[in-house]
Amino acid sequence: MIRTMMRPGGGVSLRRRLVWQFILLSAVLVAGLAFTVGWVADRASRASQDAVLGAAVTAVADGIRSVDDGLELELPYGTFSMLGAMGEERIFYAVRVDGDPATGYDDLPMPPMPPEGLVPVFWSTDFRDARLRLASVSRSLLIEDRARQVVVTLGQTRHGQAAIARDTARSAAWAAAAFMALALPVALLAAGAVLGPIRRLAQVVAARGPRDLRPVRHQTPRELQPLLRSINGLIARLRAALEMTETFIFEAAHRIRTPLSLVRTEAELALSETDDPATAARLRRIVRAVGESSRSANQILDHAMVLYRSDQFAAGPLDIAAIVQEVVRATAPIAEMREIEVTTEGLALPVQMHGDARMFEIALRNLMDNALKYTPSEGHVHVAIRPSRTELRIEVLDDGRGIEGDPAALVARFRRGGNVGDTGGSGLGLTIVSEVAAAHGGRLIVAPRETGGTCAALSFPWA
Amino acid sequence: MRRIIISLGLTAWLSANPAHAFEIEAEQDFGLPPAAPIEVLSNADIEAMAAVLTDFAARHPTRRVHYVQASSAEIQRAIRDEGARFDLVISSAMDLQMKLANDGFAASVELDVPGLPDWARWRDQLWGMALEPVVTLASRRGFGDLPLPRSRRELIATLRENPDRFAGRIASYDPEVSGVGYFLVSQDDQGSDGFWRLAEVMGRLDARLFCCSGDMIEELRAGRVALAYNVVASYAARFRPDDPDLVQLELDDYVLAILRSAFVPVAAPDPEGGELLLAHLLSPWSQGIIADSAGVALIPGTGPAPGPSLRPIRLDAGLLVYDDRLRRASLLSEWRAALIQDMPAGETPTTPEAP
Repeated sequence: MIRTMMRPGGGVSLRRRLVWQFILLSAVLVAGLAFTVGWVADRASRASQDAVLGAAVTAVADGIRSVDDGLELELPYGTFSMLGAMGEERIFYAVRVDGDPATGYDDLPMPPMPPEGLVPVFWSTDFRDARLRLASVSRSLLIEDRARQVVVTLGQTRHGQAAIARDTARSAAWAAAAFMALALPVALLAAGAVLGPIRRLAQVVAARGPRDLRPVRHQTPRELQPLLRSINGLIARLRAALEMTETFIFEAAHRIRTPLSLVRTEAELALSETDDPATAARLRRIVRAVGESSRSANQILDHAMVLYRSDQFAAGPLDIAAIVQEVVRATAPIAEMREIEVTTEGLALPVQMHGDARMFEIALRNLMDNALKYTPSEGHVHVAIRPSRTELRIEVLDDGRGIEGDPAALVARFRRGGNVGDTGGSGLGLTIVSEVAAAHGGRLIVAPRETGGTCAALSFPWA
Repeated sequence: MRRIIISLGLTAWLSANPAHAFEIEAEQDFGLPPAAPIEVLSNADIEAMAAVLTDFAARHPTRRVHYVQASSAEIQRAIRDEGARFDLVISSAMDLQMKLANDGFAASVELDVPGLPDWARWRDQLWGMALEPVVTLASRRGFGDLPLPRSRRELIATLRENPDRFAGRIASYDPEVSGVGYFLVSQDDQGSDGFWRLAEVMGRLDARLFCCSGDMIEELRAGRVALAYNVVASYAARFRPDDPDLVQLELDDYVLAILRSAFVPVAAPDPEGGELLLAHLLSPWSQGIIADSAGVALIPGTGPAPGPSLRPIRLDAGLLVYDDRLRRASLLSEWRAALIQDMPAGETPTTPEAP
């Protein structure tokens, strides 16, 4: 709980989990290897010791001879010495004739199953505080003219054999642990290599612009393909939803604009035909309101157009001076109507730049509209293109009421200044301008002028 | 049934009074009574051990060694059958020591003895503490002007050619009485084919058999025997320097060396004391003293290096075969056949056991 609180949104580390899984798995493998090797070594050494023990008991049995006064036994020194050699084992033996002790340890137990033929039988038992491995073999002897069954039993402790198995298992465990220690950096590297593509994919997705809704084209390992497909599917759905909304808005604005101009024309006609001052006043208010609505619809269309052209950005060479000139000329009737003087600067020579001419036109018309709208009658608007070494600035200066509040906040959609109460407007104008600037790698700066009024400047760094 | 009850009662009495059940040859204290005693049972003469034990008492003022000397067969009886309680058991009868250790009477002792050869210990239970060459001693007077034999073959020839001089004047161990004696016969049997010819010659010359090396040397010094076959060299060393008549024959074919070994019994009342004394016996200075009297060092560097014909007997599980009943019976019957040839029954040349 505390961990998740300390690392908000952190979750578990895949890398740590991979490394821990590796360590756990290795530990299990080390233990398993030690156990297996110990078991195999125990079996192998037990088998070889059994072979030696079997040979020894056979050698002892072969040394038994029948003599006149009973049994003669030549216990071979070398055999005993050999049996005891590995790990200095304790050795016990017994010779029984028809079940009666003849020599050796009389209390040594008999084999659980009587040995038959020439093959020794092996078994284990506890004797005199020691775990013994024993072998028994039987021989038939003619003693005093009677056939008798002689059973020879030879037992030894297995300290040496057990120690060998233990040592082998321990060596295997150490070797495996050493390998594990050596493999740990490799595991860390491997975990990094596995997680690398995920990190790179995340970087690619994070580095995209906010309006970049193209599918992610990125080389990823096969295992990451589903993730990439999901991301691209999400982007596609988002894009489709966005497009649908924009199309809808565009359609709606377009459909509203035509009837609005019809209403406006009809209202203007009615205005010219009426003599009643009250009706004329009412009709003028209608014309004005419809004008505002039509302007808003235009701006919404502009905005949709700018968004669309930003997406399908198709830039080409253009002469910005010519575009500014054209916009000034197009807005000249409004300026004349409001008796505003418009002056220009730097438009005499063509200024070449790269971009979408239609978007520039929309942006400049909006700036121009704004300037003319907020400039009082007989005021002055100045439009200038000022190329410098680092950037190209297009300035629209008015001597209107200026702006109140944070100029940067005006750029937001449907946001208007604090002092525009009596003027109609949708609040989309500066948003459109700003989006055009961003699409061209530039920005919009709106600032109050020292002499009163506002300076709206589009600034594009030379690419 | 009555016999069983009696023997059970006897066993109970013996275990209650272990110190008196088996036959003690001698005993002595090293150190003064208030100090805690370490009980030692050994078949080595007190004189042979006196130097190292005195040294021990001097180094450990709070300890005292109660040294009990008994024959190797009595030691076997005391430990195996009577449950006698001792802290350290020392014997030169290697097969019997090995059997006691094999049968679980010896406790494990953690001891680091640098230089102790692998063959001089069995696990961490049985510790070789002295290499004892077994030599043949001759009396110069007894041999007269005869040349001293340099091998068993020459010895046999000398004895054969001079029956008058050697009749009744040859001494050896009695394998039926002495554990060490039996062990040496079995080693000679294993080691050379010529041994049984020697045994036959000795039998023909009415060899006298003894329980102990000390007795043989005594008889030799007294001039009652001319030759003592298989004498532990360290006993001879005590007399040789001041007795010019005593000669050690250099038999080139082989010289057996038995390993005197020690263990701390599992039933030791004071195992720490036993370990302390064992560590002292295996220490370089004690080994120096022991090697000096034995004439050869067990741990290389503590005394004279072994000669080329010295054949040390290893502490090894193979020793178990010598104690086998059937093997012992057949070897002893062979020995009797060789040595007691046309002796009338009941008149064996065996001397009674020395006190």
